[in-house]
Amino acid sequence: MLVSQQQKLQDEIHELVGRHGRTRAALMPVLQELQQKYSSVSDFAMQVVADEIGIHPAEVYGVVSFYSFLHHEPRGRFQIRLCQTISCDLAGKPRVARQLENELGIRFGETTADGRFSLEWASCLGMCDQGPALLVNDRVYARVSPEHVHRIIDDCRKVFGAHAAQPAHV
Amino acid sequence: MNLVSSKKTPLTFDTIEPGTGLAAALKKSRADIIGEVAASNLRGRGGAGFPTGTKWNLAAAAHVREGGAKYVVCNADEGEPGTFKDRVLLLEYADLVYEGMTIAARAIGATKGIVYLRGEYVYMRPHLEEVLDRRRKAGQLGTDILGTAGFTFDIEIRMGAGAYVCGEETALIESLEGHRGEPRNRPPFPVNTGFNGQPTVVNNVETLASVAAILSKGAAWFKAFGTENSAGFKLFSVSGDCDEPGVYEFPLGISVGDLLETVGGRNAKAVQIGGASGHCVPASEFGRKLAFEDIATGGSIIVFGLGRDMLHVAKNFMEFFVEESCGQCTPCRAGNAKLLEGIEKLERGACSTAYLQELLALCETMQLASKCGLGQSSPNAFVSIVTYFQDEILGRAASHAG
Repeated sequence: MLVSQQQKLQDEIHELVGRHGRTRAALMPVLQELQQKYSSVSDFAMQVVADEIGIHPAEVYGVVSFYSFLHHEPRGRFQIRLCQTISCDLAGKPRVARQLENELGIRFGETTADGRFSLEWASCLGMCDQGPALLVNDRVYARVSPEHVHRIIDDCRKVFGAHAAQPAHV
Repeated sequence: MNLVSSKKTPLTFDTIEPGTGLAAALKKSRADIIGEVAASNLRGRGGAGFPTGTKWNLAAAAHVREGGAKYVVCNADEGEPGTFKDRVLLLEYADLVYEGMTIAARAIGATKGIVYLRGEYVYMRPHLEEVLDRRRKAGQLGTDILGTAGFTFDIEIRMGAGAYVCGEETALIESLEGHRGEPRNRPPFPVNTGFNGQPTVVNNVETLASVAAILSKGAAWFKAFGTENSAGFKLFSVSGDCDEPGVYEFPLGISVGDLLETVGGRNAKAVQIGGASGHCVPASEFGRKLAFEDIATGGSIIVFGLGRDMLHVAKNFMEFFVEESCGQCTPCRAGNAKLLEGIEKLERGACSTAYLQELLALCETMQLASKCGLGQSSPNAFVSIVTYFQDEILGRAASHAG
């Protein structure tokens, strides 16, 4: 990462921590905002957050590694999370899962080579009456069938082409 | 793929005019508010069923440590598999939930409220913030609420990040404080030593909405629903093999069979009650009641049709717990993994009865020795499936595997 990029991120985190209060209780909201913007929280970002809050970076890493919506490794611009819990499973999750893998050419836990899509499992999304359900970033899709999968991914690609920036992993 | 409302029956909450509960509460003394909630026999709707009035009384009596404040936390970390009633409440009845929080704040003397919203529900946040803004403008939040001098209270929304265990109240508080969501030892309980070490009431979304209803219509009205030990109406999240999955309201005390009749699941082979941490009830026991004195539940009902493989169900639950155990205590961290191995052995048809007995003994150890409710309840589904469906799970042919 370029020094100027580092400086930019440092300034950004300084502002972010200032906004949420320079206390330990600010840690989750700060990490969540970084995660949302950069699709992961890098080593460097964790170090800066730790310095800003006044805790050891290992504490920050401990938190990032605990929560399944915070990532240390870079993820795709679109994170697809398919609910794997029982009601969605009964409603046809296995075939949706297979089709997601087919369309994207990756397995669960992987990211496409172009950095656009990550495929993950999620625990119960609270859409049990309308399964199978999945999340694409913040958006919920319910009653997904294998034939819907292509359209969901296509929707993402359109957004990506129109006005999404390159994923900025720092 | 469009989202549709999950409501399948009209809810009693529809008949509660927003604002009436809070207005009634502000005319009462703090002790009388708690008295009304206690008299209604309302018990926590998240599943554990702790009496809400008792919880508030303890928090009201607790002392604030220097420079701090008391807190009211709304537990919107609805993560129990098969539960989605809080989604409906938050999307369609947010005012009642906030009103319940405000009443709780008045009762215990809290100045700050926090909604801990699960990360999976982040799409609701704009709506929930909008309702908060509207309430601030209407003087229902902020300083001197509705002209009551000295009553100051505001609510902020904090997001979870995909951890089931954070639905446990002390893990939730750890998460709010910026830590890993690892449950604390209790006591001290959050009513004494909660968020930032201050007295904190943590209530489920539905409990808080019920409080608003009780203050609006009175404890006697609420007690007219349900049974003697399980007062009131309750929302049930119904999914699985039935004609009409969705959110239903029933008075507590309804039998499993009557519920199945309503939702179109009368041919069920078994029903999972209380989600992954609950119990699997076979058809022979459909006469049992959904109430604190029989089967206590947070309202998750998953119906299994005749063709379902119960070992597959047990495996899905155990994979969930292996994933969601926080890893802090050994019985839960190692126990769930061991049970999953056992289930895989059963799948391969390679499990002796003696080994199955050992697994059941391990279940007992986990129930007794785990630090929090997750590990204490994670063996429940396995134990009930082994108990009721032993015929189905022993001596499998290889064709079952995989």
